[in-house]
Order: sequence, then structure tokens, then C-alpha cells
Amino acid sequence: MTISTGTNRAPGTAKTSEQPESAEAAMLPSATPVQLVDPNGTHTPHADYPLPDGGSLLAAYRKLVVGRRINDQANALVRQGRMAVYPSSHGQEACQVAAAVVLDRQDWLFPTYRDTVAVITRGVDPMEVLTLLRGDWHSGYDPLEHKVATQATPLATQLLHAVGVAHAAKLKGEDTVVLALCGDGATSEGDFHEALNFAAVFHVPVVFLIQNNEYAISVPLKSQTVAPSLAHKAIGYGMPGERVDGNDLAALLSVLGKAVTRARDGGGPTLVEAHTYRMQAHTNADDPSRYRSQDDVEKWIPKDPLSRMRTYLRELAVLDDDGEARIAAAAEEMAASLRNGLNTDPVVNPEDLFNFVFTEKTSQLREQADLLRGELSREESSEEVTP
Amino acid sequence: MTDTTERVIDAAAELPDAPQAGELNEPGQAEARIAGPVTFAKALNAALADAMEADSSVVMFGEDVGALGGVFRITDGLTARFGTSRCFDTPLAEAGIMGMAVGMAMNGIRPVVEMQFDAFAYPAFEQVVSHVAKMPNRTKGKVKLPIVIRIPYAGGIGGVEHHCDSSESYYAHTPGLTVLAPATVRDAYTMLREAISYPDPVVFLEPKKLYWSKEVLDLAELRETFEASTAAPSIGRAVVARAGTDATLVAYGPSVPTAMAAAAAAAEEGRSLEVIDVRSIVPFDDETVCASVRKTGRAVVIAEAPGFASVASEIVARIQERCFHSLAAPVRRVTGFDVPYPSPKLEHFFLPSVDRILDTVDELQWEDQA
Ligand SMILES: Cc1ncc(C[n+]2csc(CCOP(=O)(O)OP(=O)(O)O)c2C)c(N)n1
Repeated sequence: MTISTGTNRAPGTAKTSEQPESAEAAMLPSATPVQLVDPNGTHTPHADYPLPDGGSLLAAYRKLVVGRRINDQANALVRQGRMAVYPSSHGQEACQVAAAVVLDRQDWLFPTYRDTVAVITRGVDPMEVLTLLRGDWHSGYDPLEHKVATQATPLATQLLHAVGVAHAAKLKGEDTVVLALCGDGATSEGDFHEALNFAAVFHVPVVFLIQNNEYAISVPLKSQTVAPSLAHKAIGYGMPGERVDGNDLAALLSVLGKAVTRARDGGGPTLVEAHTYRMQAHTNADDPSRYRSQDDVEKWIPKDPLSRMRTYLRELAVLDDDGEARIAAAAEEMAASLRNGLNTDPVVNPEDLFNFVFTEKTSQLREQADLLRGELSREESSEEVTP
Repeated sequence: MTDTTERVIDAAAELPDAPQAGELNEPGQAEARIAGPVTFAKALNAALADAMEADSSVVMFGEDVGALGGVFRITDGLTARFGTSRCFDTPLAEAGIMGMAVGMAMNGIRPVVEMQFDAFAYPAFEQVVSHVAKMPNRTKGKVKLPIVIRIPYAGGIGGVEHHCDSSESYYAHTPGLTVLAPATVRDAYTMLREAISYPDPVVFLEPKKLYWSKEVLDLAELRETFEASTAAPSIGRAVVARAGTDATLVAYGPSVPTAMAAAAAAAEEGRSLEVIDVRSIVPFDDETVCASVRKTGRAVVIAEAPGFASVASEIVARIQERCFHSLAAPVRRVTGFDVPYPSPKLEHFFLPSVDRILDTVDELQWEDQA
């Protein structure tokens, strides 16, 4: 492998829209979240962000519908005791789909526990993804194969890994963009700050996408920060910030697409804040009635990412009854495969406890593996003698 | 206010044989095929340079490791020789350094990071414990993290607070981390090179008080031996640093020279002490330690860290479990007290001393005292 020599800084910060604009202005997010299709399904033009064409929107809409079905099916499987826990992204599917769709094959995605739909949309086998939440093993897929990091549980830590992958890509001269996801609560963590600062200082191709769903478990955004918006934080690190309607698939594709292109062209990192809402409980262990009213939740129903895109695509006449039926069938197929996959009990291997701690087992681990093997074989033989 | 780091450097500069600025300025000087006095610091510097020369995916970064060459000058000259892509300064953020190293390792780089001082690695602890140690396990071995975390470590240099912690127990307690603590100049070179070629993450503890200790060595020969893989591996292998018959002193890192001095003093009193240099805390070499204890029947474990819930405790437990029938006396420890690392004027009361070791050896139920 060769590593390019020289400074860390890529040449000039590329700013594509109209010149001249002050550096500060270029870094500040738009006054209101970027929106391209409003909750009524009407196109609302935006000076800086073009509307993606009907074909791409239809393809993404299909993934949106499938994503919703994954969320609903997974929730049902938790209720049936088939899965240990599922942090649902119901209501946030537009962010999930856009995050996966804007990346090329060689790019990397860094998801959190809530981003199962993004990981599946990226193309990872759903059963491998759900391994974590079923409880068979921490990560069921190979991150290197899919260029999808393990779903991060400790908040904001993955953002630094994303910077590291991007920095390595830059050193190796790879054409790789990294998109890293986090929630609004995670922006209070030190690792969030360090990741953004590192990304800006090393000028690496990372897009940070905050899914601001208004709550970190029970704590509302106003108790998390008093910044004008989370996107405003970008200017403090010296990178552009942008706010986008997180329930508007079209706007997300356009805003994230631009940030990814900018990163790919050597323009450095971008911070994007998507305004969305967590429609369901944090996880099945959560009781949202303790901290928010049903009225508040219902205010978000008309903003649903699916209904507005459906209306828009029907009006555009790229979606008809037939198309809808085909999409619904694809979603059902996904749901059925999840049910089938989770219907059987996982086969776990106790030896695996010791197999992946070090590349070679230490003598200490070999002894412990022997101990467990002995216990298990005694159990087996005692089971055999019981009448 | 004086910058604490500078003050520690001043303290280090007051140690005998501290290098003058620029003395270490030619990394990889190993070319000169002559045996001469080499400092521990120089051996580490040469190991880094040789590793970077041998493998272009090795990248060194941290705080002040570039132009300055690190506050202890261990990275001296690396940026000049290999460029800022291979050895560079980061913003002042330890979690950032550690987390970025994780991502870089995921993408084919072999990061070597410097944590400026033991106690300043704590902001990175979350990254170390939750990700560095666990990533290979979480991914069933698919994602390996060949990261080396170099930490100038432990006391005895008259440093101000937060510059002298013995943090090995935190790391040793975390499954997935290989933890090394060399004590000799030869091991400093060889073990750092082994650590850099290792497939798993390594916490590499560099005893600060040994940085300016010297040995007569031929670095070129060491490099050739290492690169020809003719040297016996050090990771997972303890060594008998001094042979003896009456009792075993088990030590690692900064405590090894103290144990050696104690054994030398005991010899003058007619007692033959064997000294085991553990070197590799994880994996731990039970075999070498137990062979010695079975032979001598008595053992004292020496470490600078506070003794409660420590690596020293672990070693004592392992000896009791494995050598019980060979023991003529309970296994004892000589460790730091269970107090925060003391200020310079008090540290000599805290550190395991030759006298404390000899007193403890005297208490090992010798027949002649019965
Ligand atoms: C470092 C850390 N602290 C605490 C937690 C426990 N925890 C899990 S999710 C969560 C809330 C996160 O909120 P946010 O970042 O807004 O993401 P969301 O769950 O809303 O998607 C907390 C506190 C954690 N996972 N990691």
C-alpha cells in the first residue's frame, strides 16, 4: 500500500453555489429546514437544492415502504419474544433510506442501534443485521464486506471511527465518502465534538447526519442544547451545516447528495441536521407517556414521510395502483422473510465465547475454554442418565 | 502557570543522561553497525522508524509527536523522514486520537498512537474499552484492529500529579487488549516492533523512569534479527532476568530494575534471588513464573501500581493456584500504597524500594529464622 505524502489539507474548499459568499455564510444552515415536497405532497422549490427526478424518487419510495414494513414487523417480533429489543425508526424512514441511497458501493456507512433500516437498505442481509437485536452475537455481518460499520451502541463513538476510515481513505488515495449517523442526544457527547473537529482539521470526506427526533430517551432537545439548531454547531468547527426536513425524502436525497458530492470532490466534511420525530417508544423498555403527550405525537402524523411522497409520486404519475401493489408485495416479502428467519431459535456455539477475543487464544483462554467444555460434557452425560 | 508537561520534561531533563535537544535526531540510525550505549528512548525511536520503513501502512500520530518529536522525543525525526502523512500531530483530544485510530485500522492502516501521559489517556478510555478491545470480538474476528497505544507510564521521575499513574490494571482487566511493559533497552526495541506487527490491539506501556537508561547494543543487528524473525517472541513470554535458587521476585516494567537491585543486594547477604521479568502482562506467561516458583518455593511480586485489585494481585493468585504444594511461605506483594500517586517529595515513600523488597523477602518463613 502506498500512502501519499504531503500535508493533510486538500486543496481549497469547494463551494459550488453562486459566488461571492462569505465563509461564514457558506457554513450557516438555511433559516428553515430545506424542504422539497411538503406534507401535502406538493413540490416546494428551493434555490440551492434541485428536486431529484421521478425515477430516483420512485426507487427510493419503494425502499421507504419496505423500511416501514421492517420497523413494524420487527416491533411485532419483539412483542412475540422473537427478538430481545428493537429501537424503531418508524417515522424516520426517510432519513434511513436517504442515508443508504446517497452512497456508492465503495463508500462507508456508520449506523447506530436505531439505524437498522439504513443498514438493510444498504444491502446487508436482514437476518445478519437482526443478529444483534435478537441477541445471538454483537454484529451479525462483516463490516468490511459491506462497508457498513457495526451498529454503535455507545453514543457518538462511531463518529470518530468514521473520521478514521475517511482519513485512511484519504491517505491511501481512495475515492471513499463516509456517512455517519447519530441522534440529537449524541451531539452532547465529547466524541461528537472531537469527531467534527478532527474531520474539519484533517479535511476528510465525511458527512455527519444527525437525526434530530426531538428526544434522547425521555430528554427533549431543549434540555440537550440551547444552540439555535444542531446544524449551527458546524460553523464552530469550520464546516458547512444544513438543516433539512427529515420527513421529506426528496429534500434529504438532495441535501445529502450535495454533501456527499462535496466530500467526494475534496470539499471536506458537512454536518446535516434532519428534523424528524420518533413516533414510537425509544425501545420496548421505554414508557413515552411519562415524558410526552399523545397529542404531541399526533401532530407529526400528517408529516409522515410515506404519505407525502406517495401523493407527490401519484400526482407526478410515476406511481399508479399497479406500482403500489408491486411495492406492497415487496414489503410483504421482506416482512415474511424476517418472520421466517426469526422463527427458528438461533444456534449458538459456546466455544465462540473464546474464539474472537485475540487472534490466537492465550493459555488463559484455552484453560477457560477447556473448563466450559468439561462442564458442558458433564451436563450432557448427566442428561443422558436421567430417566 | 507553568505548563505541567513542560515541568515534567524539566524533571526528566534532570535525570542523569537526559538527551540534549536533537540528540535523537536521526531516526533509524540503526544503519550504523556498531554496538554502543543506546537509551531506552532511542531504542523505541529506532523501532518506530524501522517499522515505518518496513511497512508503509504504519502511521504514527498523537499530541506533539510531529515537529517536537513527542514530549519524550520518542517520535523524534519521524515527520522529517516520513512526512506529515505518516507521523502527524492531532488536535488535543485523546478520545479523538483513539477513535480515529479505530477507523483507520478498519481501513487498512496500522496506527501507532501516543498518549502523552498515562493519566491523560483516560479521556480515551471509553474508546479503548468499548471499541479497541471489543471490535474484533463483536465482528467475530472479521474486523481486526492492529493498533498500538503507546503510553509513557508510571512514576519515579518527580512528575507533578496526573503524570505518573500506573494504569496497567485497567487495561489488563479488559479482555481483548494485549498489555506489554518492557523493562530493558533490548526489549524496548524488539517488543515495540512485535507490537506493531501484531494483529491485535496492544497497550504498550513505556516506563518513563527507564527512558534514559542505557544498554550497549547493536541496533542494526537487532533490526536484522527481528526482520529475519529469528528472535524468540516476547509477547506472551516472561524471561528469567537473573537466576537464583532461594526465592523468586516477579516484576515488570519500572519495577524490574528495582527487583534486580534487590537481588544483587540479597546476594551480598548470601541469599540467591531469581528475578522474573514478566514483560507481557497480557498474555501472561504462567509457565515461566511457575517454573521459577516451583524451583525456589517462595515468591514476592513487585509492582508500582496500588496493590488492591491489581495485576500484582492477579499474579499472586495465579501462583497460589498453581504452585501451592511447592510453596514454603505465602506469596507476598510489594506494591505502591492504595493512594493516588503522590507528589514528587513523597513518591519515594510510595514506590517499592530495594529495602521494602528485602524486608518482605526476610518475612518468607525461612527455617533459619524459625
Ligand atoms: C455513552 C452512552 N451513554 C448513554 C447511553 C444510553 N442511551 C442509549 S440511547 C440514549 C438516548 C440517545 O438519544 P439520541 O442520541 O437522541 O438518539 P435516539 O435514540 O433518539 O435515536 C441513551 C442515553 C448510551 N447508549 N451511550
